[in-house]
Amino acid sequence: MSADTPKIAKLDAEGLSLKSVSLWQITWRRLFKRKSAVLGMVILGIMVFVALTAQWIAPYPPTLSMLDAKPPQNLDKRSSPCIHLFGCPADQPQHILGTDGNIRDEFSRLLFGSRLSLMVGLATVSFAIAIGTVLGALSGYFGGWVDNLIMRIMDVLLAFPSLLLAIAIVTVLGPGLINALLAIGIVSIPSYARVVRASVLSVREMDYVSATRALGGNTNQILFHRILPNALTPLIVQGTLGIATAILDAAALSFLGLGAQPPTPEWGSMLGAERNQVFTAPHLVFYPGLAIMLTVLSFNLLGDGLRDALDPRLAHVS
Amino acid sequence: MTTYILRRLLLSIPVLIGILFATFALSRLIPGDPCRAMLGEKATDAVCNEFISRHGLDKPILVQFGVYVNEIAHGDFGRSFRFSKPVTDLLMERLPITVELAVSALLVSILVGVPLGVISAVRHNSWVDVLTMLWANIGVSMPVFWLGLMLAYVFALALKDTPFQLPPSGRLSPGIITVPFYEVWGMSLGQGGFFYNLADFVGRMNILNSVLSANWETLGDALKHLILPAVALGTIPMALIARMARSAMLEVLGQDYIRTARAKGLTRNVVIMKHAFRNALLPLVTVIGLSLGGLLGGAVLTETVFNLSGVGRILYDAITARDYGIVQAFTVVIAVFFVVLNLIVDISYAYLDPRIRLN
Repeated sequence: MSADTPKIAKLDAEGLSLKSVSLWQITWRRLFKRKSAVLGMVILGIMVFVALTAQWIAPYPPTLSMLDAKPPQNLDKRSSPCIHLFGCPADQPQHILGTDGNIRDEFSRLLFGSRLSLMVGLATVSFAIAIGTVLGALSGYFGGWVDNLIMRIMDVLLAFPSLLLAIAIVTVLGPGLINALLAIGIVSIPSYARVVRASVLSVREMDYVSATRALGGNTNQILFHRILPNALTPLIVQGTLGIATAILDAAALSFLGLGAQPPTPEWGSMLGAERNQVFTAPHLVFYPGLAIMLTVLSFNLLGDGLRDALDPRLAHVS
Repeated sequence: MTTYILRRLLLSIPVLIGILFATFALSRLIPGDPCRAMLGEKATDAVCNEFISRHGLDKPILVQFGVYVNEIAHGDFGRSFRFSKPVTDLLMERLPITVELAVSALLVSILVGVPLGVISAVRHNSWVDVLTMLWANIGVSMPVFWLGLMLAYVFALALKDTPFQLPPSGRLSPGIITVPFYEVWGMSLGQGGFFYNLADFVGRMNILNSVLSANWETLGDALKHLILPAVALGTIPMALIARMARSAMLEVLGQDYIRTARAKGLTRNVVIMKHAFRNALLPLVTVIGLSLGGLLGGAVLTETVFNLSGVGRILYDAITARDYGIVQAFTVVIAVFFVVLNLIVDISYAYLDPRIRLN
């Protein structure tokens, strides 16, 4: 086959080439054809790079307060950005984004903040997907009262505006990053449970499921090897967009003082701590917010791109 | 239609019970003893014993739930230990401010979002379309509190002493007063009673009140104060609505009956407004309904940023002061409010699309 491959194999059209192209290869290729998705991946790539290398590229430790800096370097609280390249006197220490209310280097804190944001997004969504998938699968597969019970509980969770429910949960659990993560995770379970349930319902009666059952496959095998793989694509899309929401909600909780506690370099709490200084030190509010927005934007763009790329109805637009 | 509404009403009962149970469970999960959590750390033993027997906290858990539901059904949410007045009174005072904010934000988002979406669908792939979609993507990714602070910075400081200067906090400038419309009209409503409460509720919404009492100076000032919070809160729903309006219109514009309408020689505007837009309304209602929850959650952040003393702001204060009575009551009220809003959205669906009510 390698020597005299028929000409048709060279056509790269999906499904026509003799070499099989996996769903993921197709998706990947389509993803790269969308400018917005590429932009999302680029921003996300930068964020991941920054998060991984923060300890080497950050000029200062994120929680180091420069209170005891020696005279020519003595710094004020919330000093504005000082960049040597742009005319900041060379005898002053360089702080690209200035310093915050505790004389810490804002730029370094911002770099370290990317770790927390990405961690928050991934952790809450993994938690919600794990529980949501189990609940949705049980609900869709067994139907009846199991389905009714689980979905009514999900309805109740959905009846609360998500941020408010998260606030109520954190109030009970007590403020802190872990509790905030837990609250946001709980709040986002219903959307995943619904997605999985819908896929399970649509696949449950398929012939290949009946075939597995006829061959003696047990519930485990049917559920995890035949049904759930079909729920994967909507879950990936939902999960990517969910990370965006989770990061926004976590930042909001931290902004309200319910999430990450000082001196943790978390964008939401950095912004919250300095929010009354917006007129005197706008840079301390602007940059953390911009960082949150860019991270959330990257996940939103990527999620939208994935949704289109994974949509089989759009198969002809390879 | 009536049967549909009835069925939908019945369906929301389990959800309401669930909400009550969830908030009840949350209140029982508060670490430490419920009396001191509700009345504050300084409550004496005598006060606590009285509190425990009055609320049946020494009885079995199901009985406690019954007592709790009974109290809420009678509009009794307990007292706030910080304000030392009934939580219900606080709610009635603060809710109008949040309703005013949320409604104006929703208006902003619909009035800007729908036309933007429709225009970008009609001029698909033009620069208007590209810019709108770029803006919509940025809009849904923006933290409300950041946008609010940035707007405050730009309009209160950067544009200071220009005609575009806007106040960054509060509801009215010092010196501007608002008189409840029923007093201007010379009505005597007495204290208490449904009509008094209703009039009082309306009277606390500055904009509606100043229109009713024809006080144009107050109206202008109240509007000026409301613009920034409403825009900040309305941006995310605006982006969602613009996106949905665009994709719904694009789908409808590709239908055969649109081509038929064009072929008949109808003008472009008639085709777009009468044939296309009406059919794109349904997904729009969905998105508007879905964004209401975000609006209520975002109100907490917006009110905190702009120092508005609405429900969200008091909730934030209550959280920091651990005033659980308020947190619990407001969570219930907002969730019930949200369920009712969803009910209205569903019913308007059925009104817009007969297939839904017949199914």
